[in-house]
Amino acid sequence: MYVATKGGERAIGAAHAWLDETGRGDPALPELTADQVQAQLGLAVDRVMAEGSCHDRGLAALAVKQSRGDLIEAAFLLRAYRTTLPRFGASAPLDTNAMAIQRRISATYKDLPGGQVLGPTFDYTHRLLDFRLAAAGQLPSGAPEAEANNEPTPRVTEMLAREGLMQREAESEAEPGDLTREPLSFPADRALRLQALARGDEGFLLSLGYSTQRGYGGNHPFVGEIRMGEVAVGFTPPELGFEIDLGDITVTECQMVNQFKGSRTEPPQFTRGYGLVFGHGERKAMSMALVDRALRASELGEAAEAPAQQQEFVLSHCDNVEATGFVEHLKLPHYVDFQSELENVRTMRASVEAAK
Amino acid sequence: MNERSSKTPLLTARDLTLRFGRIAALDGVDLDIHPGEVVAIVGESGSGKTTLLRVLSGLMRPDAGEVSYLGQDVLGMSEAARRRLMRTEWGFVHQNPRDGLRMAVSAGGNIGERLMATGARHYGNIREQASHWLTRVEIDPARMDEVPAKFSGGMQQRLQIARTLVTLPKLVFMDEPTGGLDVSVQARLLDLIRALVADLGLAVLIVTHDIAAARLLAHRMLVMRHGVVVESGLTDRVLDDPQHPYTQLLVSSVLAA
Amino acid sequence: MTHDPGYNFAYLDESTKRMIRRAILKAVAIPGHQVPFGSREMPLPYGWGTGGIQVTAAVLGPADVLKVIDQGSDDTTNAVSIRAFFRRTAGIATTESTEAATIIQTRHRIPERKLREDQILVYQVPIPEPLGRLEPRIAETRRMHAMADYGLMHVKLYEDIARHGHIATSYSYPVMVNGRYLMSPSPIPAFDNPKMDQMPALQLFGAGREKRIYAVPPYTSVKSLDFDDHPFRPIRAPHVCELCGSGDTYLDEVLTDDVGGRIFVCSDTDFCSERQAMKEAAE
Repeated sequence: MYVATKGGERAIGAAHAWLDETGRGDPALPELTADQVQAQLGLAVDRVMAEGSCHDRGLAALAVKQSRGDLIEAAFLLRAYRTTLPRFGASAPLDTNAMAIQRRISATYKDLPGGQVLGPTFDYTHRLLDFRLAAAGQLPSGAPEAEANNEPTPRVTEMLAREGLMQREAESEAEPGDLTREPLSFPADRALRLQALARGDEGFLLSLGYSTQRGYGGNHPFVGEIRMGEVAVGFTPPELGFEIDLGDITVTECQMVNQFKGSRTEPPQFTRGYGLVFGHGERKAMSMALVDRALRASELGEAAEAPAQQQEFVLSHCDNVEATGFVEHLKLPHYVDFQSELENVRTMRASVEAAK
Repeated sequence: MNERSSKTPLLTARDLTLRFGRIAALDGVDLDIHPGEVVAIVGESGSGKTTLLRVLSGLMRPDAGEVSYLGQDVLGMSEAARRRLMRTEWGFVHQNPRDGLRMAVSAGGNIGERLMATGARHYGNIREQASHWLTRVEIDPARMDEVPAKFSGGMQQRLQIARTLVTLPKLVFMDEPTGGLDVSVQARLLDLIRALVADLGLAVLIVTHDIAAARLLAHRMLVMRHGVVVESGLTDRVLDDPQHPYTQLLVSSVLAA
Repeated sequence: MTHDPGYNFAYLDESTKRMIRRAILKAVAIPGHQVPFGSREMPLPYGWGTGGIQVTAAVLGPADVLKVIDQGSDDTTNAVSIRAFFRRTAGIATTESTEAATIIQTRHRIPERKLREDQILVYQVPIPEPLGRLEPRIAETRRMHAMADYGLMHVKLYEDIARHGHIATSYSYPVMVNGRYLMSPSPIPAFDNPKMDQMPALQLFGAGREKRIYAVPPYTSVKSLDFDDHPFRPIRAPHVCELCGSGDTYLDEVLTDDVGGRIFVCSDTDFCSERQAMKEAAE
């Protein structure tokens, strides 16, 4: 009989078992631990935390292991876990001005208070495969130590703002929205847009940011500053009534400085595109800053015609967990609808034939 | 024309004021338009004429002033009521036909949309109406199922006019309807508009920088400069005996050209 | 059966369920209107029934009997997976019988058997916006719904007839609910549309990725859009079921070889096996 009416349940069970077996790979090799993933595939862990919108290195490492390195699947695992967690409250805004800097570069000033700190970056490595890594067992020689830099490291954009050259952001004490609790509606305010971008897919934002550089909504950006390091997370428990320190997390912040011609109401000055991501995620932070600035086109009175400038387009499509689910749902059975289309096309073909 | 002298205006505007920063786009503008009357608003670009059209049709809010249509307060009206007017008693003809047409929808569908939006549910009747209106704007009804992208600029503009007139509106706003067209095509389109307006007894408010078009179509005209109506009156009077120095300049520049 | 103690009954926490129930109540009060809701991230991919699952979880009680179908069948993998999810997280009874079920979650079909007042039909909805293909901006489609500005939808049907001689939409066929709101019936075949009209059961629609819930209360008018001179026609394959002999149900086409061999069988597997059993009993 060609009509399979039973067996779905058994097939699913068998598929899961096979998946586990494949994921483990050759049993003669030692099993990868989540700790090893956390320590040695740290940038994958960072990306999963950013797109999973949950800061927990251990869980993110577990998700990377469980997903066999499929980082979108890992972000999805982390999201599904995050949604079941109780909410105690919201932290105080992070003060990135007080960051314990590991890396800090500015493309707009040769030298500046706090200095340029190269930090652990791929930037000037030659992209040559390092065959010493293939032969495991060697420990790196260790980086030289320097005196701790206790000089304050003020943000470039703040220094520009003091001179009146950088548009100040509107201050607000209002509680920012949360798109994981309330559905996004359009037009979305900047806080919500930034939340969506911070959770958004790195590849999508990278391509959109790139498109603005190539003339699709260009806004002449300069990297005012990229900084990466640890910042303290403060929280005020209602029962205590004062702020306590929950610990430090690593974040990457990018502030792009963009030209602005001025408008009817405002003099010419620079405007800011902002990016902030969990962990060391420089490419994502930069892309986010480009797209953030592009999305401000309408409010700054610029023509908003390029894809990166259209908030419904960008915000509705930047979430890779939503995107992957909907693209991949096409592999679910659609034979009922396809049957309707078959009859439809047959009818149309018959009427064309009849008309001949 | 009798209608022109009728006592109740269709649309009245009083003391419209709108500023963009330091620039006055509209500065105390008054206007009346009566049933069946064609009024042209002329002036150079930046004179405020397009802004005036947008304010009168409810697309833009002024800082101060009143607009009323047959006694209804246009600025205070709900968006639903304004949209209803826009698809029944009003029409808007854009300078660029792409702004007024659905480029991926057939010519027949473009004309039928306003009928369907107001409840028409008989396919055959909609086709008949579409065919009738294509003929009236001098497009071969055999091309009813083609999309406007295949039409010339002049045809697209005529299609936009057919799509607007199919519900027999009382008042049509036109924003530089001949703007993007070749001179020879412009003349044909102006003739067509003039004939349709006369046949249907439409009131038309037309914005143009083309004095010749205004002379051909309009009963009355308003001359705008820096947001102010500097002169208004019967078209022939304004053009043959301009009083304001700016109007004199406009008229002489046309004569010189 | 008891549910997994690691999770709240039916997975969602109670405050989330209350939020969803408020959205459902509002949806019932305004038939066909899409109510935005704070859709949660579910342990199931978006587009695979996250909306339907959340609606089911919010209306499910311990005494309910749940049936889940996909393409009309209880045994398609996604239906199996969703049924297992609720067995595990809610410990409720499940069934494959349309008659025995109190809640039926479905993807792409309405059961052939007439539903009753004490049943709820929960649809999984991928794209809730019926105007979306014509106007992608949500801000604009919301305005069109508010103003009941639906001329554009008829333009689409007009274009179908002008091009193909008949309305060429065979599934997700748009309907007008209670004479007011244009609604997507989810991607059910147009064949199923007439079953929605005046249905005694409550119909709930959940779109998780798009974060919308909408509803058709019992005994509500649901009309498929059409023209007076081109009335709506449900489409089905013009054959009888190979297994039960039914000539008026929706059929799936099954290829039996690669040289044109095919048979047609009921898409509603429960309905089909009931008819087969009756036939056998009669013989």
